[in-house]
Amino acid sequence: MRSLLQGDRGGQILLTVLAIATVVLPMCNLLLPPDHPWHVSTYQLNLFGKYLCYALLAMSVDLVWGFMGFLSLGHGAFFGLGGYAMGMYLMRQIGDRGVYGNAELPDFMVFLNWDSLPWYWWGFDHFPIALIAVFLVPGLLAFLFGWLAFRSRVNGVYLSIISQAMTYALMLAFFRNEFGFGGNNGLTDFKVILGFPVSAQGTRVALFVASAVSVIAAYLLCRSIVQSRAGRVVVAIRDAEDRARFLGYRVESYQLLVLVISAMLAGLAGALYVPQVGIINPGEFSPLNSIEIVIWVAIGGRASLYGAVIGALLVNFSKSWFTAVIPEYWIFALGALFVLTTLLLPGGLAGIFSKRRVTNV
Amino acid sequence: MKSTIVGSLMAAGLLISQASMAADPIKVGVLHSLSGTMAISETTLKDTMLMLVEQQNAKGGLLGRELEAVVVDPASDWPLFAEKARELIEVEKVDAVFGAWTSVSRKSVLPVFEELDSILFYPVQYEGEESSKNVFYTGAAPNQQAIPAVDYLKDDIGVERWVLAGTDYVYPRTTNKILEAYLKDNGVAEEDILINYTPFGHSDWQSIVSSIKKFGSEGKKTAVVSTINGDANVPFYKELGNQNVSAEDIPVVAFSVGEEELSGIDTAPLVGHLAAWNYFMSVDTPENDEFINTWQKFIGSDERVSNDPMEAHYIGFNMWVQAVEKAGTTEPAAVQDALIGVTVPNLTGGTSEMLANHHITKPVLIGEIQDDGQFDVVWETEDLVPGDAWSDFLPDSKDIISDWTAPVSCGNYNKVTEQCSGQNY
Amino acid sequence: MKVLAGLLCSLLWSFVGPSLAAEQGDLIDTLSEELRNRKTVEQAIDKIAESESERRALWLEAILEGNLYVRKSDKKAVFAVKEGSGFSLTAASDDASLGTVGKREVSKVKINNALRGKLRTALAQLALTNPDPQKRLAAVEQMLGDLDDDKADAIRQLEKDEPDADVKSLMGLAGSIYQLTVGAKEQKLAVIDSLGINTRPIVVQRLEMLALSDDAEVAASASNMLKKIRSRISLFEKVETLLFGLSLGSVLAMAAIGLAITFGVMGVINMAHGEMIMIGAYCTWFLQHMLPGFIEYSLIVAIPLAFSLTFIVGMVIEFFVIRHLYGRPLETLLATFGISLLLQQTVRTLVSPQNVPVSNPSWLTGQLQIDPALSIAVNRLVIFVFCLLVFAVLMWLLKKTFFGLKVRAVSQNRQMARAMGAQSSRIDAMTFGLGAGIAGVAGVALSQLTNVGPNMGQAYIVDSFMVVVFGGVGNLWGTLLAGLSLGIVNKFLEPWVGAVVAKIVVLVFIILFIQRYPRGLFPQRGRAAGN
Repeated sequence: MRSLLQGDRGGQILLTVLAIATVVLPMCNLLLPPDHPWHVSTYQLNLFGKYLCYALLAMSVDLVWGFMGFLSLGHGAFFGLGGYAMGMYLMRQIGDRGVYGNAELPDFMVFLNWDSLPWYWWGFDHFPIALIAVFLVPGLLAFLFGWLAFRSRVNGVYLSIISQAMTYALMLAFFRNEFGFGGNNGLTDFKVILGFPVSAQGTRVALFVASAVSVIAAYLLCRSIVQSRAGRVVVAIRDAEDRARFLGYRVESYQLLVLVISAMLAGLAGALYVPQVGIINPGEFSPLNSIEIVIWVAIGGRASLYGAVIGALLVNFSKSWFTAVIPEYWIFALGALFVLTTLLLPGGLAGIFSKRRVTNV
Repeated sequence: MKSTIVGSLMAAGLLISQASMAADPIKVGVLHSLSGTMAISETTLKDTMLMLVEQQNAKGGLLGRELEAVVVDPASDWPLFAEKARELIEVEKVDAVFGAWTSVSRKSVLPVFEELDSILFYPVQYEGEESSKNVFYTGAAPNQQAIPAVDYLKDDIGVERWVLAGTDYVYPRTTNKILEAYLKDNGVAEEDILINYTPFGHSDWQSIVSSIKKFGSEGKKTAVVSTINGDANVPFYKELGNQNVSAEDIPVVAFSVGEEELSGIDTAPLVGHLAAWNYFMSVDTPENDEFINTWQKFIGSDERVSNDPMEAHYIGFNMWVQAVEKAGTTEPAAVQDALIGVTVPNLTGGTSEMLANHHITKPVLIGEIQDDGQFDVVWETEDLVPGDAWSDFLPDSKDIISDWTAPVSCGNYNKVTEQCSGQNY
Repeated sequence: MKVLAGLLCSLLWSFVGPSLAAEQGDLIDTLSEELRNRKTVEQAIDKIAESESERRALWLEAILEGNLYVRKSDKKAVFAVKEGSGFSLTAASDDASLGTVGKREVSKVKINNALRGKLRTALAQLALTNPDPQKRLAAVEQMLGDLDDDKADAIRQLEKDEPDADVKSLMGLAGSIYQLTVGAKEQKLAVIDSLGINTRPIVVQRLEMLALSDDAEVAASASNMLKKIRSRISLFEKVETLLFGLSLGSVLAMAAIGLAITFGVMGVINMAHGEMIMIGAYCTWFLQHMLPGFIEYSLIVAIPLAFSLTFIVGMVIEFFVIRHLYGRPLETLLATFGISLLLQQTVRTLVSPQNVPVSNPSWLTGQLQIDPALSIAVNRLVIFVFCLLVFAVLMWLLKKTFFGLKVRAVSQNRQMARAMGAQSSRIDAMTFGLGAGIAGVAGVALSQLTNVGPNMGQAYIVDSFMVVVFGGVGNLWGTLLAGLSLGIVNKFLEPWVGAVVAKIVVLVFIILFIQRYPRGLFPQRGRAAGN
């Protein structure tokens, strides 16, 4: 682990802070009385948990954009699919506690007059199967997408735009009620996860810890990929695809591998996100959401894993804060933030700390 | 001399006590999107709430305390609605929340309100099939909008063929399902009903209007029942005009087009099309005149219109104020009980009552669009219609009732099996 | 027959003199109570229509148009014209001016759809003898569906002396259609033959009835003709779908052309492109709002206004933001996304978060009727032509002017162009301004079809990117063809699978197409293709 983080000062600090937070914040929540100045409310903890999911998502985008040079405008799709996989599990856990009290079918299916569960919902009663789907479904989509795209050497803006088309098509599909995922209302009204009520304090703390641990693990995973031989090849592909190809590397295999891992991480982020916010809806697939993720990464600093994490945390924290403090003008603040960071901080926030210039692609 | 001193002392004491009261205001949450796609509709409701709170404060506040509106922006982002609701209740400690517009935003915040046992006033017409202990539905249930509108078309206009056109989400789907069942009960044949769903913000209506036109040119009087949502309406009506479909040939009755939406449309080609609501700005009552005057003064423009969801907030807010006075506290649990049975005047000259199922009684009005963007009431129900949470026309919900008074105390109670289901507590 | 009698009567009255006319004019005042009441307004209208007053057409029209009011003080029926916050009144009985009054002193005679239909039919009967052939045509058209013996007779009488060929033939058709319902067997057969392939819905309806008739010969002849008519209609439906596709395509292309310049030629991912469209549309609204009397000309003025304004906005954005990001194309996405948020919220704050109304000038409304079963909306046609026009101008600008030469030079090889004396920074600013300006012009056109509001740009941005990429970045022809073909594909799919799935299929098609042809429909060749 030490060798992994060698030379990554930002990462060392970030992971230390995260590790401390993982232990201390839940304690502040569970052990301290509510009127104690150090008390962290469940609401705040839940909010941090949500931000951590975004951080994980940002890291997955950074992996393909920062290190591989693929500006994905479609990572929301992987996030959403992971979220839906988890949402389906949570839906099945409602059982007969739904509005229509039907143990066999989720409410929205009863409502659409369906008489049996469609095949793609089979098995989601079981957590392990849902968990596999969380990784498998986004991974499979990424594999299919990447296999088609990288093989025919689609790159640059073309690749970005078709990744946007992918998430856009998924959004339209999920909006359709006939598609079997609850249409515009999505999946909501969850009751229990693994037998624990989702809204209970203990569950929320556990979800926060799970998110934090996932971020730390994902960071180490990404770092190990970047540090590995394959990682160096990927960076080489980013900087000079043709040369890498001429040197005999199977460029598309490397690209595919990284994209699939990145999609799985995004799926995990979605899966952790859903029980914490209590709803998953096709809006997550909207192209604008995917652009926003890219913006977190850009603000934090691309090609810097800790930068992505910081960017996601910072933007979302300011969003939550602005929407409450200056509800009428917060969009101005956010818009200005985007413009100014791009102009004044080309390397993002991480660029301030690191002396190494980020290579432009 | 003495008395003046005593008097001034008392006055000073009063001042001090007032000051201390002012320091501890009653907080009311306003949860409406001020940015994103829903800002178009919801910003007005935020302003309405600010106005109502200001008015109440001018009347001396509530329980001797001042009211304070806490505004947040959930930015048309559904998970953010839940987060902001939690923030309002847990962090800001508001005593009631007025907000949400779309079905999905209500579904998103519902578990939060139930978990924290707070109060939400939901001001928009909706699909029904829900009744939460913590939500008070001041908008129309399907039986307060859709069914009377169809009755009017059927009986007064003689419509025999029906196009049910809607945006693909739960409100149009439920409404159309109810209407389809209702029409079939009334002897309308399967082939005389055309159902069509389009995505949100659908903008190219050429093919659909053309097929509606064809459907309507086969000799039977045809009408369109539109549950098309928000932004998709303008291009829809423009295309009707483009293809020369006039209100006399094929009238369109809409459930989501009100004065506010019309203010963004050139209404000339729309004259004669219909809308069904529980309130129109053009209704001629002293209460309404006063409301419109105050509103236009508050917003600083005599061109601003009022609409149905605004009236719903007006009714909901006044009901809450009365219930708080009745209960003598703002404690949500006590206010929830006190709210049932509260009656307040609505803006159309009647008195609305909060029923045991958390819906209210409302009149149903049908209006024709005029060229000045207003509606002219052409039909109205004789009496107020009580809101029905669970539709009697759907097989899954016809046995279900909602009654939040003892002994039932359940939003989802099956009369046949005598069971209460689908509740979170 | 009644109609003729009415005509004769009114001729007579003009000789009888004012006393009788005044008496007849008073009719409207005696009906004012009935007119004001929703329950009795229908009988009142019947009474007017059946009366033989020469002013009845005026009254009926006023009721239809919503100009007939009743003065509350003396129950006098008046024509009212809005003036300031009140009304200027003239007596309905004799056009005497009655001065102006406040809004609350008069009440409007209110009608509903059923009555509107009734009024139109009544007016149509009166208009059969109108000197304007267009009015006569419309009148016969209105009556086609519900003829009875009297009306059919009247039309037959009038047909003999009808000077206008179109009106005459339509009157003949009316007679024929009437025969289809009442005629004897031979007549019916003759009419079916003489009508030929006629796609009017009313003819189709009558034939459908005849196809079920007891007489085997009539039924066979009718269903035979129906078959022919139906195949004609289905052909027209295909043509119609094609036209719909072209229209949708022109909208897509229109929205995308500006982006084809900023994105295609300059390589800037301009997320604020949609907002340029929005600003253009708001220009139209602003002009109409400021000059409500000049709706007819508003679009003509709005086009240069929108172009100049968005051109300047574009230049400003370029100067303060884009300029500092050259060589970092993907970062322009970030900055322009921020700008897009800022512009949207600015409009929300300055104007309002609500949509704003934009009217269609009268020359843009209506339809070109090619056949009863096929017509084109005028505004769709105009937008299609306008799109081609904009495209042609742009092509000329880029290919035939010195400015265009420099733009192409800079986009192909910046260093070389600079070396040859092109001031690349000025060219960049102008090019970006041009792209923004075209988007603004597109906004003017789109304001005629859809919402004008702060969010409107968002609706076009994703589609525009798809169109540009599908067509091939850097190729304007590609953008035009991509827009049109995507529009047509979309419209042909829609009747099959519905609007949503059609769109999904098109998106998947684009994804697969790009896999096969990684540089779009028209790949850019040569050195510029390298980056």
